[in-house]
Amino acid sequence: MLTIATGNKAVAAAVKAAKPGVVAAYPITPQTEIVEQIAEYVTDGDLESRYIPVESEHSAMAACIGASAGGVRTFTATSSHGLLYMHEMVHWAAGARLPVVMANVNRALGPGWNTWAEHTDAFSQRDTGWLQVFVATVQEAYDTTLMAFKIAEDERVLLPVMVNLDGFSLSHITQALETVDIGDFLPPYHLPHAVDTENPCVYGPMTFSNDYFKFRWDIERSMRDAKGVIADVEREFAERFGRSYGPTEDYRCEDADVVVVAMGTLGKEAEVAVDLLRDEGIKAGSMRLRWFRPFPDLDLAGREVVVIDRDYSFGFGGVVAHAIRSKTGIEPYSVIAGLGGQEVTYNDIAGFVRDRRPGEEMWFGVSEHV
Amino acid sequence: MYEIRIHSRGGQGGVTAAKLLALAAFRDGKYATACPFYGAERRGAPVVSFVRIDDEPIKIYSQIHEPDLVIVLDASIMDVVDVLQGLKKNGTVLLNSAHPISGCNGICRHVDLTGIALATNLVVAGSPILNTPVIGALAKMGVVSLPSARAAIQEMFSDERNVKAAEAAYEELKV
Repeated sequence: MLTIATGNKAVAAAVKAAKPGVVAAYPITPQTEIVEQIAEYVTDGDLESRYIPVESEHSAMAACIGASAGGVRTFTATSSHGLLYMHEMVHWAAGARLPVVMANVNRALGPGWNTWAEHTDAFSQRDTGWLQVFVATVQEAYDTTLMAFKIAEDERVLLPVMVNLDGFSLSHITQALETVDIGDFLPPYHLPHAVDTENPCVYGPMTFSNDYFKFRWDIERSMRDAKGVIADVEREFAERFGRSYGPTEDYRCEDADVVVVAMGTLGKEAEVAVDLLRDEGIKAGSMRLRWFRPFPDLDLAGREVVVIDRDYSFGFGGVVAHAIRSKTGIEPYSVIAGLGGQEVTYNDIAGFVRDRRPGEEMWFGVSEHV
Repeated sequence: MYEIRIHSRGGQGGVTAAKLLALAAFRDGKYATACPFYGAERRGAPVVSFVRIDDEPIKIYSQIHEPDLVIVLDASIMDVVDVLQGLKKNGTVLLNSAHPISGCNGICRHVDLTGIALATNLVVAGSPILNTPVIGALAKMGVVSLPSARAAIQEMFSDERNVKAAEAAYEELKV
């Protein structure tokens, strides 16, 4: 069905189609609309699910862990401080190999209190063993949420997936949305190690280093296998529903001398900057990173790279710039922009490319090169 | 691309007007995005929302700095906000007012949306509803078609007074 929706409503619509048995969540701006909408679906009988309004995000993830281990598909949504509050359980969900799907509406962290877009919240959970994907349109939020369940629940993966969308810039904007009849795209939930009361086992007991090490390696092995699973699921999605996605979205990159690497809505707006720069004779391209964990293999050889980080790792640098440097060996021009919802236009992005200084870092609006 | 900035006060329905307009444009077969700018919202505070309409998919998420059209749902905002800031040279202003305004550098139009809402008894919690009549005025200006304006309003609101108010604004606005 063709309609219009906000990014939040698109996520909720995908969750309705995925039919999770349990949704446990706590509201937080700018995510609240997702769980409000899901609660309404449940109340109206449009979604048969147990909706658990918990008292905190820590409990939300704990409830998802219990439900997922109990053998049902589970979903939650959070943002910013809510994500930080559930941090301990975020690690636990991945370690217990539970394919929970969570929408995280990217928002800055206080103080000062700020409810606008930033990616630092997601990156604070970067090393938890969750797959992380960042979307840039309302349609992509819907499609990716649907795919997230299939990827997470694949027996080659069995890891939780965090679907990230920019607070307000995507969560609250209205665009066209085509919802689909998913048919048998999502197979019934099957967890090989689900709790079986007929056959009681102990989960997560004291584990000495020898075995613990193997469990950790198994998470990494699944992360590596996840790249192929993601590609398979994205291919199947394209065949069934006609919209294709990849680990990155590349725009006019083929013959580009300089490539803008960004994530989320800034990565989409960068495409408009690329068109401007091309008109000026600058052979620019845009590579929007969709998947951040597992980190994709990037082909940037021989290009100059301008990375826009909507995040920062204090005492080190932009998280994405660091990843690009370490994975490609390229010294990018590292732009820190959009923190706390800072306004960044396509004209600004074109300016970053025109004034690029590879190897340097620039804080947009601070105008001091470091 | 046609870019619209809507000025209103918190609670007047500016954000909903943006969504309605995007939906009407979408029903016209166009691409449209509605982006409210969320600040520290509270009832009565000046708020702004943006709508972009185009024949191509819209990739811009930043705010509109040079609008083609500025809509002012509450004339008193003009005392505290420069609503004409960045308005394109041949841009248009649509003002909710029974009277024209002076000092506007573009094409100024005015229609008494508040009067229409009151006459249609379109009042919620003591406030006249402006977001549905304004879509009728925009249809008269050719921003969206009247059938799509009607369809969008009916999709979002079941109360027929909303369509009646939009039609009244369509009739009243002089172009």
